[in-house]
Amino acid sequence: MKNIDSFTHTRGESVYLDDIPVLVGSLYGAVYGSPLAHGKITKLDLSEALALEGVVRIFTYQDIPGKNQIGGIIPDEPLMAEDEVHFNGMPVAFVVASTKEIADAAVKKINIEIDPLPIVTDPRLAKKNGSLIVPPRTFKLGDSENAFASCKHIYEGIAETNGQEHLYIETQGAYAIPSENNSIKVYSSTQGPTAVQRHMADVLAIPMHRIEVDVTRLGGGFGGKEDQATSWAVFCGLAAFLLKKPVKYSLNRMEDMRMTGKRNPYTSDYKIGLDENLKIKAYEVSFYQNAGASADLSPAVLERTLFHSTNSYFVPNVTATAYSCRTNLPPNTAFRGFGGPQGMFVIESAIAKVAESLGIDASVIQEKNLLVTGDEFSYGQIAESEAGACWNKASAIFDIETLRKEITAFNSKNDLFKKGLSFMPICFGISFTKTPMNQARALVHVYTDGSVNISTGAVEMGQGVNTKMVQVAATIFSISPDQIKISTTNTFRVANTSPSAASATADLNGKAVQIACNNILQRLKEVAATKFNCSADDIKIENEKVFVNNQSSEMTWKDLIGEGYLKRISLSEHGHYATPGLHFDQSKEKGHPFAYHVYGTAITTVTIDCVRGIYEIDSVKIVNDFGTSMNTIIDRGQIEGGLVQGIGWMTMEEIVYDAEGRLRSNALSTYKVPDIYSVPKTIDLEFLNTQNDNLAIFKSKAVGEPPLMYGIGTYFALRNAIKAFNPNSGIGYSAPMTPEKVLLGLYHSKNV
Amino acid sequence: MTLLDFVRYQKHLVGTKIGCREGDCGACTILVGESCDDKVNYHSVTSCLMPIGNAHGKHIVTIEGINGTNLNIVQQSFVDQGATQCGFCTPGFIVALTGYCLNDHLPTRENAIDAMNGNICRCTGYKSIEKAATSINENLKLRNGQDPLTFAIANNIVPDYFKTIPGRLKEIKSINKDSEKIKKVAGGTDLYVQQHDTIVHEELDFILDNSLLKGITQINNSCEMGASTTVSEMAHSPVFIKHFPALKNIIKLVSSTPIRNMATVAGNFTNASPIGDLTIFFLALNAQLKLINGDESRVVALRDFYKGYKQLDKKPEEIIEKIVFELPDANDKFNFEKVCKRTHLDIASVNTAILLKMNGDEIMEGSISAGGVGPVPKYLSAASEYISGKKISIALIKEIIEIAQTEISPISDARGTEAYKRLLLSQLIKAHFICLFPELDNKKILFI
Repeated sequence: MKNIDSFTHTRGESVYLDDIPVLVGSLYGAVYGSPLAHGKITKLDLSEALALEGVVRIFTYQDIPGKNQIGGIIPDEPLMAEDEVHFNGMPVAFVVASTKEIADAAVKKINIEIDPLPIVTDPRLAKKNGSLIVPPRTFKLGDSENAFASCKHIYEGIAETNGQEHLYIETQGAYAIPSENNSIKVYSSTQGPTAVQRHMADVLAIPMHRIEVDVTRLGGGFGGKEDQATSWAVFCGLAAFLLKKPVKYSLNRMEDMRMTGKRNPYTSDYKIGLDENLKIKAYEVSFYQNAGASADLSPAVLERTLFHSTNSYFVPNVTATAYSCRTNLPPNTAFRGFGGPQGMFVIESAIAKVAESLGIDASVIQEKNLLVTGDEFSYGQIAESEAGACWNKASAIFDIETLRKEITAFNSKNDLFKKGLSFMPICFGISFTKTPMNQARALVHVYTDGSVNISTGAVEMGQGVNTKMVQVAATIFSISPDQIKISTTNTFRVANTSPSAASATADLNGKAVQIACNNILQRLKEVAATKFNCSADDIKIENEKVFVNNQSSEMTWKDLIGEGYLKRISLSEHGHYATPGLHFDQSKEKGHPFAYHVYGTAITTVTIDCVRGIYEIDSVKIVNDFGTSMNTIIDRGQIEGGLVQGIGWMTMEEIVYDAEGRLRSNALSTYKVPDIYSVPKTIDLEFLNTQNDNLAIFKSKAVGEPPLMYGIGTYFALRNAIKAFNPNSGIGYSAPMTPEKVLLGLYHSKNV
Repeated sequence: MTLLDFVRYQKHLVGTKIGCREGDCGACTILVGESCDDKVNYHSVTSCLMPIGNAHGKHIVTIEGINGTNLNIVQQSFVDQGATQCGFCTPGFIVALTGYCLNDHLPTRENAIDAMNGNICRCTGYKSIEKAATSINENLKLRNGQDPLTFAIANNIVPDYFKTIPGRLKEIKSINKDSEKIKKVAGGTDLYVQQHDTIVHEELDFILDNSLLKGITQINNSCEMGASTTVSEMAHSPVFIKHFPALKNIIKLVSSTPIRNMATVAGNFTNASPIGDLTIFFLALNAQLKLINGDESRVVALRDFYKGYKQLDKKPEEIIEKIVFELPDANDKFNFEKVCKRTHLDIASVNTAILLKMNGDEIMEGSISAGGVGPVPKYLSAASEYISGKKISIALIKEIIEIAQTEISPISDARGTEAYKRLLLSQLIKAHFICLFPELDNKKILFI
């Protein structure tokens, strides 16, 4: 089934935040962000800005009726700075004016004086200063310290990954409309409507039941609108609440890039030990996460780094410690993969280092250590592994032997170009690692004409979740998808939602829809059973027809609904789902946090231009563990899109902050994401189809985040190509692999 | 006001999206139709950088103006291939590719992709979009030489009203331009990025369509090009195509299709970016600029045009009227190199051009330029002088690289460290010789 939004998408008729028709009298906001990354505010002068014609009011923290606090996990993030600023761009004031242009102009007229304090951007320095967001956490399995004693090969090193700008093409924004009795309706481009509602309630000191958050869809989210959409909505809500006028704020790109956090950069130390058979026996790793100025979601990101520190491998002795380091950068946040990719990059670097040192191919080590069913993860869950199945299928179907021969032949013949190949197996746990978040609700109405309207907690942001919700309901009711409409995500219709995140949105909300539909269906069957004088078990609906004991009756779906109404049964249902079997004990760092894992293997080949240091990605060949895909066109899109986003993170996407904590890559002209020319020439995707029971909706495993990690393979393929040109290159393990790093790597230790 | 703000906030046509407001994402792509004889030619632009002053007398087509009752082949292909996810970039792609269906490019994969090379999608990874393009091309192959617009109307690629446009455009009267206004705007692709907040409030004189500043003519070996010539016009000019065999590949490295449709060559010069691609290109050709100010005029060499960072040998009231340079002939060798983080639609870390006038294996005269290696677009005078009169050899290349290194002063910034830019220039000089002298031992050049 095709994406239900694709008709209006291609006609420009889909509605996003900035497309909502504004009410007469609406006002426009703009945030004034701190010009310095750290310091004490000694003076804030708004007079010039206020004097500008059209400026209605400028809000500071002193105007907040409730708490000046929007921290999601830890209350350490004020909506607006009080006496100190902690990052460049930290909101200090919110200007509201009659037009957006005037609001922007007024922002430029605000004067501030700040006594500077030392600026820290390096997480290792923050750790040294004792500046941690939360106490360090350690996941431990076996006894790594003693295990090293029996290892033949032991290597240590540093691996680093930079941040990543989400670059949703639709920037952040919100539009708040005041209504009677101190209530507010807010349109927000958010992945987490409940987070917006909860924080707005705290800031305005009103109950949550007065705040209606409504989301039609997002023009991309990728984690960047999970927690970080909140502040813009709260700004608009605050102003609308106090001014009794609608207030809108749609950020421009530079505001968005400067003021919002990104994927957490990491720098990590590792030590890895292997026995004579190249089995990894021990792994110790310390992760230094650059959290930015406040917690945001970083503690949860940190946790997932630990969950995925051994990627797709079984390591019997692991000690993994993670530090969430406070720096003077915008609070870093969720981004597709959520710390998992950062953890995986380190063990892949460790394996590459062993392989390069021993003069063997990294894939030899990777393959020997893949997880098998029954292996224990460092956090105590037992693997049900498809790692070997994916790896073996990829090797066979993509004819790895021929591929290797072609590359060897190419490299021996060519001086100006070199090719490199890598394997990238992945293993990604599905569920929010905070167990209570694994619940969802869906509200299903069947109207008397037989049409169906569904509301869930899922936010559509391009991942196709609404299409999947239609599929669930259409399958259970056995009616045409055209009979089903998905409504906006709205906190008045579905309450207490978890954000659309963790790849679990379709699973959680799909199961809630399934439960609601099944309950309505059961009632309808009983109505039909009464009419046909049989048992409800004898009734079936197929293609909008009622079947009695497998015999088609005259009764249609619409007739049955009419009958149900006359019999006064409820044609509505509010379904609730909570993932069973999940638990995690943080005091022991052990449990069963994931409903299941997604596995896969990517084989990447690249070609480097050894004169210029530029490169092309020839192909990425993937076998992905889909379970039983319920929508292959959407799932393929997720794999291809996730892969390319991962490649971007590993190659051209380079976030540059200067020592003053100022973002230098602050626009699309200086921060480059993949364009149509830079993607792999071919992406081959094979589905590993399994019928195994799992907790996925219709056994269709999650596809949102896992494919991003296939992109890590590109980094290592490029490394291998550099080594083919210059085997002695001392290039470090630091992503992204920009053309600069490639060229310097190619000519490392050679004179210019 | 930009065309984007006009269509979204004055006309409330919200299908055109805002992604970056600097021409780097294509979400705001719009088609512009211009009368030419009895026809209207359509090209894509990023409406965020187009002043409405440049829209006068033209047919402006947004996504709403493309929509018919049913989906057109571009829209249908996107639906069929799953080429839209969040949908925010989609109207830009649809408009760009519908524009592609209206022009007479052959329906090849390369041409279809070039048509949407200014469009960024963050969701799909582009593979489904490539498949959609293939399917669009299958449809366009049925065109068989018919007039593209006629074919497009007949096949519901654009609505019927397009037939009425040539007549309606003729009815629009030209307006008297106020040339007293000092601030001149041509394509606007740089001004509307650099001065976005202020320029919309300024009194402007729009010179893009000034016919006196248009046209590319060849007089003997010399080429005269009007200052308002757009990069696309230059790229499609028969004179350039003939004298620069590698033109297509070079132009592909310069910005994107919609930007090239607006940006002018002289605008690249006056922008004075140390890294301007066309500036580097024309520096190696020793282009001369004719500056005019009312009835007064003077000629200044591009090489002498830059006095310091963003400082020009040009009075505010002067404008560039034309660019004059000698066309390379069959004995000349010309090459352009550019490396950036992303190969396309990106600003160079380093770029360089070279022109060698050859007599056998002797270089009669050489000219090398480089960008990104100092405060101004750099003509490497010492290296150029040294190479002139020498026989080509690997030793000579080595010497040229060493001399070039003494002439440059790159700084570390978002586009690379100083060490990288130095290494990169040396590599790109090697690349010049590897490209121009395939008979030399590549490997030896590489390991100089």
